[in-house]
Amino acid sequence: MERNQLHRLVALSRQPLFDQGFLDEQFLQLEELQDDANPNFVEEVVTLYYRDSARLILNIEQALERNPLDFNKLDILMHQFKGSSSSIGAKKVKAECTFFRENCRAGNGEGCIRTFQQLKKEYATLRKKLEAYFQLRLHAAPSEKSVAEEEMAGIHLKMFLVSEAL
Amino acid sequence: MMDNGFSSPRNDAFPAGLRVLVVDDDPTWLKILEKMLKKCSYEVTTCALARDALHLLRERKDGYDIVISDVNMPDMDGFKLLEHVGLEMDLPVIMMSVDGETSRVMKGVQHGACDYLLKPIRMKELRNIWQHVFRKKINEVRDIEILEGMETIQMTRNGLDLPDDGHLVCGEDLTSVKKRKDIEGKHDDKDPGDNSSTKKARVVWSVDLHQKFVKAVNQIGFDKVGPKKILDLMNVPWLTRENVASHLQKYRLYLSRLQREDTVSLDGIKHSDSPLRDSAGSFGTQNSINKQQLDVANRSYGFPGNSLLVQNTEPRSHDSERKGIVSKSAAEPKGALSFEVPDSRKPKSSQMEFGHSFISPGSEVNFAEFDSNFPTRFSWCEVPQTQLKQEPKPLHLDDGLSQLTLPGKQQRIQADYPQPAPPIISGSSVTERDIGSVKIKPLNDECRNNASLASSIGSTIETSHVQTKTHAASHQAFDPISINTSSMKNQTSYSSCISDLESTQKNINWGLSPFATLDDDLQVCWVQGDCYAMNLGLQNIEFPEYCDPGLIADAPTYLYDAVRFDYENLYDPTEYPLIEQGLFIA
Repeated sequence: MERNQLHRLVALSRQPLFDQGFLDEQFLQLEELQDDANPNFVEEVVTLYYRDSARLILNIEQALERNPLDFNKLDILMHQFKGSSSSIGAKKVKAECTFFRENCRAGNGEGCIRTFQQLKKEYATLRKKLEAYFQLRLHAAPSEKSVAEEEMAGIHLKMFLVSEAL
Repeated sequence: MMDNGFSSPRNDAFPAGLRVLVVDDDPTWLKILEKMLKKCSYEVTTCALARDALHLLRERKDGYDIVISDVNMPDMDGFKLLEHVGLEMDLPVIMMSVDGETSRVMKGVQHGACDYLLKPIRMKELRNIWQHVFRKKINEVRDIEILEGMETIQMTRNGLDLPDDGHLVCGEDLTSVKKRKDIEGKHDDKDPGDNSSTKKARVVWSVDLHQKFVKAVNQIGFDKVGPKKILDLMNVPWLTRENVASHLQKYRLYLSRLQREDTVSLDGIKHSDSPLRDSAGSFGTQNSINKQQLDVANRSYGFPGNSLLVQNTEPRSHDSERKGIVSKSAAEPKGALSFEVPDSRKPKSSQMEFGHSFISPGSEVNFAEFDSNFPTRFSWCEVPQTQLKQEPKPLHLDDGLSQLTLPGKQQRIQADYPQPAPPIISGSSVTERDIGSVKIKPLNDECRNNASLASSIGSTIETSHVQTKTHAASHQAFDPISINTSSMKNQTSYSSCISDLESTQKNINWGLSPFATLDDDLQVCWVQGDCYAMNLGLQNIEFPEYCDPGLIADAPTYLYDAVRFDYENLYDPTEYPLIEQGLFIA
């Protein structure tokens, strides 16, 4: 597969992420920030996000184990998490954050727990998709690849796209 | 944290190089914001904790132009940080949050945030943050002018022993200020009662009110001062703590600028002279003096030798060299007021020694030639060097602030009006007066005679600059006051203007004896145009820019120009230079 084609395919591969509402314009902003000085800026930011937010998730989980629930504290923690998620444009994750906070304000413990479960799911799904995307990008990156390697990269990409479509 | 050179302020290509401090506990956002700001060509420093941010800010007072902070920080509430920054450093602060609730945004604005951004933040929102820096600078100048005006009025009052009814300050003065600055109601002598009607109504800091404020500050001790204490002492029922806090902030800024000027210029010349109070030297121009003058004035505040001080060294009275009285040594970059001690007549550009920068263009002109030449036009009142009554409080400029209690003392301003004071020039006469404090008291009468061009400028220059020459009113140097008079008229309508230079002289106790000798000689002529220049920190490059060439070029034109000089123009440009940040807006 030609390099241009690869690049184009890689770019296209992330389209579903937008179409399906996983990512919003903020992600595009990050891509715009990417330049020669920081060619892997987006990946770095996403990695940083997942690393830091893991801590926040843990805090929330611990807070949810308290009895009785401290809704105020939960609200504050979630506010932080939401802010962080907004940094990479994690749209679905952010939506769950909002639901969670609504439950907090309503003092709905059950609602909080349920929402949180949903939130973690979205959080994990997004992570997988982004990881796959970055992998592809890596494959498509200019490198001293042999023709055979490029062929392989092309095949990987096609397989990825097929799997995504399913 | 990225450390970008906290180098000198960028002067060119503003807003590129704007020094931004970003505070956010979220590392992801911190990284993104850093990248975004860099893309805007700004100099970025990042901080994850509020206390680190404060530490950085305190360490380098002039190291940043603007602060962007998240509202929710683990170690300190973002609003609290906002308050601190506003009070201590007086920098514009932008708040950020993912929460856009109206109440939160309102709280941010109430605490003084100049903007409130919602996350996720777009690049284009960051591109425009420089406007807040710019706006603040402009407003600062304006505030300082107002303060100067108030001080001047006060001083004039004191000096002239006039009733405290605000009549001294000619309405015009204030009006002119108002007009110029389009400050509505900022200075009126409105009945304070008016303020209470509207919620958050703007407080009109009348001269009286300001006087009370200053008195309270002095009583408490400048370094121990706080809004609550001041409020309690002032005993003004309708005044709120917030009103006092914001006024205090402006006042601090004003004083620190003065102080800075002083320190620089003070080259050891500490003239005790208190600003000419009586000398009506207080040119009304206070306003015009723009910040710069303030600086100068500030410096001279009490410091005799400050910037303005004539360089003591060569008291050449008639010397053709005009020496900028400005403290030479320090040559205050800021244009410490340099009085020009016109040596007789030669308009030397050198006058402004201190500021140098300022006068350069032909500063000569500005200086009033003393001695016969004295073109009356230069109304530069000779700054009576210390004529001001001021108590020779040795304002230690260094301490600046602590000493600042002086503000109350009229020293600052006016100093010097053309009391006979030997021109500050040359060394002896250190007009120290406050050159820095350019509060020139309107020498109204006296000055008028002399083509007060100077006066206009003088106002800023504070009487101190005014040449003491006034002894003879008809000195060669033209009455220093005269300087004021003509020009002053425009601005300062201080009636207190020394109606008679001579009398002024009497009033003013020049602490400096040397002045007396200078009498004829040095006349510190404040060339109006020069004054500005001087004050401004002549060093500023801008100087030539904004200075009306006519002003500097030759006396006559200059004089007229000065009179017509639009303060705004005058100092606006200069302001920038003075601006610490170095935000130079050419």
